Amino acid sequence: MYIVVVGGGKVGYYLTKELLEQGHEALLIERNAERVDQIVEDLGNVALKGDGCEVATLQDAGVGRGDVLVAVTGDDEDNLVSCQLAKNHFGVPRTIARVNNPKNEPLFRLLGIDVTVSATTILMSMIEHEMPRRALLHLLAIQRMGVEIVEAVLNPGARGVGKNISDLALPAESSIAAVIRGGAFLIPSGPLMLQEGDELIALCRPEQEADLRNALLGTS
Amino acid sequence: MKIIVMGCGRVGSRLANVLDSEGHEVTVVDRNSASFKRLRADFGGKTVLGTGIDEDVLRRAGVEHADVFVATTEGDNRNIMSAQIAQKVFNVPMVIARTYDPGRSEIYEKLGLKTYCPTLVGARLLHEMILGKG
Repeated sequence: MYIVVVGGGKVGYYLTKELLEQGHEALLIERNAERVDQIVEDLGNVALKGDGCEVATLQDAGVGRGDVLVAVTGDDEDNLVSCQLAKNHFGVPRTIARVNNPKNEPLFRLLGIDVTVSATTILMSMIEHEMPRRALLHLLAIQRMGVEIVEAVLNPGARGVGKNISDLALPAESSIAAVIRGGAFLIPSGPLMLQEGDELIALCRPEQEADLRNALLGTS
Repeated sequence: MKIIVMGCGRVGSRLANVLDSEGHEVTVVDRNSASFKRLRADFGGKTVLGTGIDEDVLRRAGVEHADVFVATTEGDNRNIMSAQIAQKVFNVPMVIARTYDPGRSEIYEKLGLKTYCPTLVGARLLHEMILGKG
């Protein structure tokens, strides 16, 4: 695959390095000439000096034959424009943007970016995992389908405890994919009575999260 | 009309002053409070401190009820991003983004964003001044 990386900071540098090590063709676009020299010295001739938000630079980088463009600068507006130019002007099939303000994740998707990555969001979900909670934990979002995979732990008193999965009032487009019980991994194919301490892995639409949480954990 | 001007630089402040004196309801957004000094002492509009690429800041500026949104900061990408937020998220009827780069200007025009490119306008004016109107 040919992957174009925009932004030669630490994220862009290590990303390019990893991609090259895995045998991909990768090119890094960076504005700062000194930084480009440094990268070329370290990784070989894989960095281009230029503004990844300018059509001419993207043209020089051969973005038109790129499979993926990944924009990882520290500025959300630059990442947005790089991805939009790649997608709309050069027809790059897949664009990935680093998002610094987590609130920009849904916005970027609305504006046509295929995948967004926010370190803040990832760290927040890691922290949530460490906290006793009455909420659903986000494991993964399948952005293009508008579906997310979440985890819920049935603490004592949770609404789902002692109920059969088929008796739960789950939202229409959601389902319990698996139950982790004391180290065992159960796929609910028939009747399955939920117990205290069960960890449920569920699929749902983001807008149904509150209903799902209510059905599994209750509001009280 | 309710008009939001993002960026209180020389162009933004001048535009805001004129629109305000014409009786429009003007809100100016800038991330640097010192920039608001460029507004006239009798400027009757509102000022909002913050960056226009943040939805929360735009909400504070009243973007939900705005008729016009103009982005005039010195950053092309910031202007393009905030204008798209105003257009696609808040459905502001008229949105204009200043872009110095003619390339970006042309592509975003094709994508349905109204842009104003001082580079093209300036070059055309100079050409006319040198050779007269063709």
